[in-house]
Amino acid sequence: MKPGGAFPAEEVHGPDTRTLVLVWLALLGLTAVLVGLSALGQRAAVLGLLTVTPLKAALVFYFFMHLRYEGALLKTILLVTLGTLLIFFGLTYADVAFR
Amino acid sequence: MTSTAHASAHPSDAFGARLGMWLFLVTEILLFGGLFIAYSYMRARYPHEFHAGGKELNVFLGVLNTAVLLTSSLTMALAVARVRRGDGRAAAALTGATVLLGLCFLAIKAVEWSQKIGHGLYPGGPALLSLPLGERVFFGLYFTMTGLHGLHVLAGVSVLSVMGVLLLRGKSGTARPAVLENGGLYWHLVDVVWIYLLPLFYLAA
Repeated sequence: MKPGGAFPAEEVHGPDTRTLVLVWLALLGLTAVLVGLSALGQRAAVLGLLTVTPLKAALVFYFFMHLRYEGALLKTILLVTLGTLLIFFGLTYADVAFR
Repeated sequence: MTSTAHASAHPSDAFGARLGMWLFLVTEILLFGGLFIAYSYMRARYPHEFHAGGKELNVFLGVLNTAVLLTSSLTMALAVARVRRGDGRAAAALTGATVLLGLCFLAIKAVEWSQKIGHGLYPGGPALLSLPLGERVFFGLYFTMTGLHGLHVLAGVSVLSVMGVLLLRGKSGTARPAVLENGGLYWHLVDVVWIYLLPLFYLAA
């Protein structure tokens, strides 16, 4: 049993120290990849922005923010939010493309 | 996973606290998301001016700040892991390290902004007004987005400082890990926003 108080029990398991340090190293490594890609030119830099950057964000969400260990509700909330943002992106471009 | 299934079958205060925090965080995602949409539209409209603007920024300082913030996220995650195991003092020390790294980030940001302002590159500044419209838009977005992000870092540093002191005093700490966990969730989201700002302004503009 965990200590009581206003928020007893119901803790989800989080990642251990080793996992957290490995994720941190991966994030630093991916940052180096991003810098390397941008040195190759504009096209590679944009490719990095669209692939490596979401991967870094996912690592933070999944391990540092414990999303990997959460139930379906929190994951769904985040997905709905990102989906909403994508719709806003789409609507904006649909608007400006036909002006 | 049994613990997850158990948590969703019997929602408790600890889960409710996280749920409330996540609901707040998604509004933050939409707040910055709106600015990301503005950036992407303006960039599509002024590709050459954004490229010229991006060259003006100090890539070294941008990457250095990324390393600082990623490391602060690690110390924050470790602090949460410690507080869950009931080790309030280690959690307080790691939270303190997170605060120091956050202040370090702000100091580097201040150096960067000072250099730009010293060259007259600030909203309404003489050097900025002499630039083509697209570059003015670029620097407008740069100051707005890094400025709003900086305010979030400042808010995070303030909240985490209070939490660190409470942990040292033995209050709200190990008995209620959800408090520090929610502070950590906020800090990590601020980190995620910066993960996007680095390529948007420094690397791929």
